[in-house]
Amino acid sequence: MIFEVFRQEKKGAAFAHAGSVSAPTAEFAEAFAREQYGRRQESVALWVVPRGEIHAVTDFADELNKTYHRVDGYSLKAKLKEARERAGTAVDR
Amino acid sequence: MNAQELLSIADDELILGWRDSEWTGIAPSLEEDVAFSSIAQNEIGHARALYELAAAALGTTADELAFDRDPSDYRSSQLVEQRRMDWAHTIARHYLYETADEIRLAALKESDDAAVAGLAAKMDREEQYHRLHARMWAERLKDEPRFKEALEELWPYALGVLAPEQRAALAERVGLPETQAVERDGHSDELGELWEEMTMVRRSIPGATW
Repeated sequence: MIFEVFRQEKKGAAFAHAGSVSAPTAEFAEAFAREQYGRRQESVALWVVPRGEIHAVTDFADELNKTYHRVDGYSLKAKLKEARERAGTAVDR
Repeated sequence: MNAQELLSIADDELILGWRDSEWTGIAPSLEEDVAFSSIAQNEIGHARALYELAAAALGTTADELAFDRDPSDYRSSQLVEQRRMDWAHTIARHYLYETADEIRLAALKESDDAAVAGLAAKMDREEQYHRLHARMWAERLKDEPRFKEALEELWPYALGVLAPEQRAALAERVGLPETQAVERDGHSDELGELWEEMTMVRRSIPGATW
């Protein structure tokens, strides 16, 4: 069985994918993950997850090209400038 | 605690660490290779700390104790010196040794010598992962005839790891009857071969510092 391992570098930080281990049971996977991703004090916590338990989402439809949904489809800088001018809070830069 | 007792434990950890490291690169899976190599390295780290304590008492150094004694002067138990066996025997030894070591460490943690008690507590924190690993494997292999045979074969050697008064506790934990132990007073030829290999670099340039 393949288990995906996520590690947390310091308390409060987001868990990031570290790699995977092949192990017969979750118990073995934990032990293997501890040795591979934890023994040099590089992690404060690990998540060890059976690969099959991960719900992967890979399809993202955008048939109508709705660029306004995207960060690059919306020029915030110009709009912000206009709004500030209207409000009288424009700053010289 | 006298220096000779410390040396017994240090020698056990050094020799077992050496033997376990013989699996590096050829363990049953890559993951196990990393885990078992890491355990081997921990054992050698424990040996170093124990040799340092003994060396302070004996007026020598950890390296001299680890590498400059005659093989016949090593106090290691015969359980740890046996050369690489199959995985069933390796796990049987690992399980028996860790179980015995837990009993030995519990006693050391109660030592009147604060340095010894402190080191035992530190070692025990790493050993608990060794025990988890050993028990996990023992549980997985427990119905394998090869593993059961290996346990029985190594059992008298395992008893020899501990002082006589600690052996009943080991028998209870492992679930095998107490029997005639193979004591620490002798060594097989395998220890001599291991010593030749282990001390080769150090003997090549006597007195060199690294």
